[in-house]
Amino acid sequence: MAVELKPGARFRSAVGETEVVVIKAPAGAVDLRCGGHPVVPIGDEPPTGLTAESGFDEGSQIGKRYVDGADELELLCSKGGTASLSIGAELLVLKDAKPLPSSD
Amino acid sequence: MHVGMLLQMAADGMGERIAIGPVADGTTMAELASRARRAGTLLADMSGERVAMVDLNSEAVPIALFGAALAGKPFVPINYRLSDEQLRDLVVRTAPATVIIGEGVAERLGPIPGIELVDRKEFLVRVSDPSVEEADPYAGDPDSVAVLLYTSGTTGAPKAAVLRNRNLTAYVISTVEFAGAGEDEAAIVSVPPYHIAGISSVLSSTYSGRRVVHVETFEPRVWVDLVRAEGVTHAMVVPTMLNRILDVVAEDDGGLPTLRSLSYGGGPMPLAVIERAMALLPGVGFVNAYGLTETASTIALLGPDDHREAHASDAPDVRARLASVGRPLPTVEVEVRGVDGTVLGAGARGEIWVRGEQVAGEYEGLGSAPDDGWFNTRDEGHIDGGGFLFVHGRLDDVIVRGGENLSPGEIELVLLEHPSVEAAAVVGIPDADWGEKVVAAVVPVPGADVDEDELRAFVRAALRSTRTPERIDVREDLPFNETGKLLRRVLREELADRFG
Repeated sequence: MAVELKPGARFRSAVGETEVVVIKAPAGAVDLRCGGHPVVPIGDEPPTGLTAESGFDEGSQIGKRYVDGADELELLCSKGGTASLSIGAELLVLKDAKPLPSSD
Repeated sequence: MHVGMLLQMAADGMGERIAIGPVADGTTMAELASRARRAGTLLADMSGERVAMVDLNSEAVPIALFGAALAGKPFVPINYRLSDEQLRDLVVRTAPATVIIGEGVAERLGPIPGIELVDRKEFLVRVSDPSVEEADPYAGDPDSVAVLLYTSGTTGAPKAAVLRNRNLTAYVISTVEFAGAGEDEAAIVSVPPYHIAGISSVLSSTYSGRRVVHVETFEPRVWVDLVRAEGVTHAMVVPTMLNRILDVVAEDDGGLPTLRSLSYGGGPMPLAVIERAMALLPGVGFVNAYGLTETASTIALLGPDDHREAHASDAPDVRARLASVGRPLPTVEVEVRGVDGTVLGAGARGEIWVRGEQVAGEYEGLGSAPDDGWFNTRDEGHIDGGGFLFVHGRLDDVIVRGGENLSPGEIELVLLEHPSVEAAAVVGIPDADWGEKVVAAVVPVPGADVDEDELRAFVRAALRSTRTPERIDVREDLPFNETGKLLRRVLREELADRFG
């Protein structure tokens, strides 16, 4: 089940604690999943009884940014969990951001 | 995004780290979040539509900043150093508001309709009461106004710059790695809460997990002692602070052994000062940060490696970069444009324009930046062939002498090269023949004598004669505001009286 993603929108995993906020999104619906199952908009009741599918159970880390291969989607993980983020079967990867020197 | 989420992430991911105060008994990140969320509940229940603050630096600053955001009300830190009348005028503009105040402020303000005063100490007691409900950290609207900052108004009446939650969070997410600070790191905050650097330091420190040590109000000896006692690793200073800090360090020869990173910004830094700092503090990485209130802090950086490379280089164009503000952040676009709006190429001087999600460019009651997102900083600058940005000063400060545009900054930097000059400022004053004429005010190095004619000859040798000040006022100090911004309007009036 694909969802429209807008910057600032928040979603949670149906199989664990993972929560994300959208930083950047492509136009149109995206089949965003966590643990292999469609994510749920924050505020909606998640389905029960699901577990992470094999290959989508590496986990997601709080504070990390996740991107797709096309660099069209960027998510910030606001709560970590045991399931991995993906678009369909394509796992999202950690954004490779060069740290900037602190200026504050 | 909303700043409440940044705070809650810090509490979730680094709850046991010390957020504020000494390692032994500071406030943890989890406790800071709880206090801020209680403040969110308390401030939401109060009738004020804004949360203003007239106070020195303390733990109440981050609690009020985050608490106001969670209450859905703008946080408005106000300069406590203003005259009573100016302070009162600004507080009146915030009404209806809750105003958190430090000692002696109530007496200065007197009763004001629509203003409810809350003493800082009482505020801190109330937010520490566990029976107060903690506000939902995720409920905030990203589009809501997080902070209103009165710009320093060195040329006119203060305007309130509007910073929305999405501007501030865009800056933090793109520049700071979550939990990226080592557990041993500590930042000293000596810029006042009503300065954009005071706001950004709260957010960056929280998100990076860096412990914060507050200096109530800047004094160089206190600053140096605190850096040594608290094992401070990171600091941010405005230019007027740095030389005074170096004086203390040079005098007692104690160094700043724990300090790793020193960033500076908020005004032009004389080359001689940064070179002195690099020599006195060889273990420190220096960062020059350029940003404006309206851009939610830093938009360009000259990092430690850039400093070392420029300092060590024999190539004049590379060496010159020590006076640059480095390269734009990856998430920010910068263009230098001519007065007709065309984008200028490398080396050409023009107006600095900026675009990015952190750029607000909006003033209360005056509308926002154009729809295309580009904001005119009103700073004059150029970009060199390597992409390094140089800032020459405020366009509003440009002196127009006989049709020629002169940058005060360029003349000031030459004056500062002279061994007898400690501080210098150049302004234009009305002149019957030329429209404006160039005059300067200089403060001598302690014990030095400044010879006006010799100094004028020194400038003439470096620049053209049209850029040579016709008169130079030698004086004990310059009218700076407390964040190191020269009050040019004040100086212009004083020098017009003297030399006009």
